[in-house]
Amino acid sequence: MKKILEVKDLHVSFHTYAGEVKAVRGISFDLNKGETLALVGESGCGKTVTAKAIMRLLKEPPAEIKKGSQILFNGENVVEMKKKRLSTFRGEDVSMIFQDPMTSLNPTMTVGKQIMESLEIHKKMNKKEAEAEAIRLLEIVNIPNAAERVKAYPHELSGGMRQRVMIAIALSCNPKILIADEPTTALDVTIQAQIIDLLGELKEKFDTSIILVTHDLGVVANFADKIQVMYAGQVVERGTKKDIFYNSRHPYTWALLSSVPRLNTESKEELYSLGGTPPDLILPLKGCPFSSRCEHCMEICLEERPEELSLTETHSLSCWLQHPSAPKVERPEALRGEIHE
Amino acid sequence: MGRYILKRIGYMFLTLFIITTLTFFLMHSIPGDPLAHMAKKLPEQIRLNYYEKYGLDKPVIVQYGKFLKNVITKGDLGESLRYPGRSVTETILKNAKVSGRLGIQAIVIGVTIGIVLGIIAALNRNRWPDYLVMFIAILGVTVPVFIIAALLQYLFTVRFELLPTTGWGKFKHTILPTIAMCFGSIATYARYMRSNVLEVINQDYILTAQAKGVSPFNVVRKHVLRNAILPAITILGPQIAGVFTGSFVIERIFGIPGLGFYYVSSISDRDYTMIIGTTIFYATLFVFSQLVVDILYGVVDPRIRVSKSGK
Repeated sequence: MKKILEVKDLHVSFHTYAGEVKAVRGISFDLNKGETLALVGESGCGKTVTAKAIMRLLKEPPAEIKKGSQILFNGENVVEMKKKRLSTFRGEDVSMIFQDPMTSLNPTMTVGKQIMESLEIHKKMNKKEAEAEAIRLLEIVNIPNAAERVKAYPHELSGGMRQRVMIAIALSCNPKILIADEPTTALDVTIQAQIIDLLGELKEKFDTSIILVTHDLGVVANFADKIQVMYAGQVVERGTKKDIFYNSRHPYTWALLSSVPRLNTESKEELYSLGGTPPDLILPLKGCPFSSRCEHCMEICLEERPEELSLTETHSLSCWLQHPSAPKVERPEALRGEIHE
Repeated sequence: MGRYILKRIGYMFLTLFIITTLTFFLMHSIPGDPLAHMAKKLPEQIRLNYYEKYGLDKPVIVQYGKFLKNVITKGDLGESLRYPGRSVTETILKNAKVSGRLGIQAIVIGVTIGIVLGIIAALNRNRWPDYLVMFIAILGVTVPVFIIAALLQYLFTVRFELLPTTGWGKFKHTILPTIAMCFGSIATYARYMRSNVLEVINQDYILTAQAKGVSPFNVVRKHVLRNAILPAITILGPQIAGVFTGSFVIERIFGIPGLGFYYVSSISDRDYTMIIGTTIFYATLFVFSQLVVDILYGVVDPRIRVSKSGK
């Protein structure tokens, strides 16, 4: 498989009045052609910042992509791209859909115009061609009455439809990578499923790779090939869908999985929730970032950051529990059943 | 849309009627009358004759009835009590033309420069262009217009003899008063646009536009501007109305025969017909400009475009 995107040692900081917030602290990962990679983690763990950094959409300043960080798109370093290259890179090579379809479309422009805009920029289409293409795209994302809807303003469409329009915009120029930043969070559950199905279908059709940013493991389970669990700006565990759901080894991944509601839970049973708060990203992190909330925290966890350790070719994690002299800790009871599907 | 405008015009007349009525009774409740300033010198009989001629001897409610009848049937606002023989309507229209010319010049220049400066300030937030614009804006808001006017006169007529100090008739007469007048609009609009642009820039759809690969210039032109100008239209309404009524201070300083003078003098003179006349004039303009602004709003913002008949 061909590597289409390589992120190497990405560091992103925000300069605020309170100090330098180190939001992303050395993340590396690869994305292959046609693959779906999920970035999972709670709010503030740096997953959206990572996604925006890939497109260079962070406002600099206050944001800063640290020296030495590399984001290689087909070997070309995005961090060093000039303005001109960036505007072809965005939309043509990589495009993005956002969390809230209610606010991510320009309220004073028809949806047709908003789709046509990128066609006119990247494919150099004239108005007529672009409009015909916009209608075709709306049909592809299953919007009924597309010929009429191109003239609609965003406020005339429902949330689900607006997200479909966003998808149409993002895919209009056949990008190699589609970054979906919590694409279903603002939608209700039935629409969520539709949008996820649509994304899956279009991924095949347009032959794109997808980076899915989400905190919803339910979405991930259906959709992703590879999963990266992020915590405090670092990747704590990564692996295939199977590795993470059925054989995860990191206590934080366990906590995430345990807090997903299940159909077979007793109604009186309280849903698991992880206590405490993530560490303050302004302060320097000593030891494992998760140590303050970890049930299995040991002395070493407070002192030294665990190195990333590969269990198999696909599955790796950073946790001191994997050290030969660490006590044996089993996966939590509740998660164990899932090994047999 | 047509029905909406008709309805609005109906309300306009209702509003005007209420304003006129209130003003009529209010002005008659101020102590004194048009003769008060010379009353002691006038023989009693002349005073009574004067009152009788203008109907001032009758109860206020009867005067009001007569006034309404004249306005509605003949469209006649009567003649000035202070300057006998001058028709109120003609005086207003003649002087409003002068004020209007000046006002339009000032507002067009002021709003344009203000908007441009506001955008520049917002896009260079916390850098020197921003500080410079905000400095100008604060000056424009805080320094009284008569100081700016006097300063301009000193600069351009005394130090550099380029323009006339006072007078009216040629274009060169309008330059200084226009500059003095537009300072306020520049300041208001620059501050307003700056905060609007800053707000719009942080909206998600700007990020969407950037993610599409739209160039920074086009992001501003196509996505930021329209959304940022919207709220600014709201404050345009009262300003349009103010255009024709002129500015008392500016007209005094530059010796311009505008309407502003009458707004102030008619009240101290108890020139009842002129008070009502100028009030109706301003109120009409004000209400009408509100309607224009509302229609304009619909043109710019599709979200409040008055419904395509419920579809």
